Amino acid sequence: MIEVMNIQKRFGEKEVLKDVSFRVNDGDVIAVLGPSGSGKTTMLRCLSFLETADGGKVIFDGKEYDLHHSSKKDILNYRKKIGFVFQNYQLFGNKTALENVTEGLIIARKMDKKEAVDRGMKALERVGMLDHKDFYPSRLSGGQQQRVAIARAMVSEPGVIFFDEPTSALDPELTGEVLNVMEKLADEGTTMVVVTHEMEFARRGADRVILMEDGLIVEEDSSDVFFTSPKTDRAKAFLEGIRGR
Amino acid sequence: MTERILQELIESFPKLLLTALKVTVPLTAISFTIGIMIALMTALVQIAKIPVLRQLARFYVWIIRGTPMLVQLFVVYFGLPSIGITMSAFPSAIIVLSLSVGAYCSETIRGAIESVPKGQLEACYCVGMTFPQAMRRVIIPQAMTAAFPPLSNSLIGLVKDTSLAYSIAVVEIMAQAQRIASRTYDYFWLYLEAGLIYLIICTLLTWIQRLVERRMERKR
Repeated sequence: MIEVMNIQKRFGEKEVLKDVSFRVNDGDVIAVLGPSGSGKTTMLRCLSFLETADGGKVIFDGKEYDLHHSSKKDILNYRKKIGFVFQNYQLFGNKTALENVTEGLIIARKMDKKEAVDRGMKALERVGMLDHKDFYPSRLSGGQQQRVAIARAMVSEPGVIFFDEPTSALDPELTGEVLNVMEKLADEGTTMVVVTHEMEFARRGADRVILMEDGLIVEEDSSDVFFTSPKTDRAKAFLEGIRGR
Repeated sequence: MTERILQELIESFPKLLLTALKVTVPLTAISFTIGIMIALMTALVQIAKIPVLRQLARFYVWIIRGTPMLVQLFVVYFGLPSIGITMSAFPSAIIVLSLSVGAYCSETIRGAIESVPKGQLEACYCVGMTFPQAMRRVIIPQAMTAAFPPLSNSLIGLVKDTSLAYSIAVVEIMAQAQRIASRTYDYFWLYLEAGLIYLIICTLLTWIQRLVERRMERKR
């Protein structure tokens, strides 16, 4: 279980995250929706210590981490328990697909190479990329790169995987293969927090939906309720806007 | 060109070549190796934003790039003895050339490291790597691919810069050519021959550069 408490973050004058708290139960898939600039991505980045929050805590795996100042050692340990999938994949350009997946196991976790390769192959198989294991990222399509990136994030069996708009950089015809992999992971019980603009994924793949606006959570529902009978006017307006598109 | 001069050039060629192999090539190889290590460290302390060391690195690059190598050679070889530091000519040349390579190439390497998308460093962090691990395994290897052509350029430049060591009495190709010529006064031809030796070394290096670049391209 992950308990996120009171994240705050400002960039100069702009208060990007005012006070965000929520909880993720094991096996939950949470879709974080909201207009651009609402703070969704910043929230994920703070939760991964890629950005230093001005305040807030996260309780994860029975341990409390201060998002404003934690020791390097704590941050390193925390990061070994999470996975992160970037909007622009960010595969290591000098490594093959398989090496991308095994690198963290071998270098950061000091896992035996044979065991790492074994696990890496299984992870690639789960995302349907085993037949491309020796390809360098430059030889893969965006969708293929993102599937490898998902394999890289899940190979260590983290307690949660954060997805930061995983399909936003893809050509429309390539989003399907990535969303399918994510739905499969969700069905298998992976705990996921997904910042996305894909309403279809939020409706079908997510258990719960969080709607953010101006650095605050304005509505939090099960995804059924959110899409059929949202409570707040802001959620209604948000859904209207999407249907109108 | 008379037959006598031709004969002299043929006789002096192996002497010049031997000097190249015994002095110029080692001077280049040692200075470049040390220089690249200095360059890498200088670039890394700036990128990792380590306080004090970072300012020191900037200062070092500023001094070395802002003063002529000839001045630096004179300061080290003729100047340092007056404050009690005496070195023979060859190590003096190594020090000056290494520092020069270190300063110029640190900028090349810094630029190359910064050309690797920052997200890859974040991706390294997110699979649990530390900054040094990320640099060693992911960022620097890619930066080196980008830096390879300009670094080859610096290496070729260094080959020719070693001729400046002549000014502090290192018997390199230029000094050797002058010695031989002073016996017969055929300066014109012997200096041309010295130039030819440099040309051969640089051509060889260019050829190796192309070979390595082709191999790197295949690996992508």
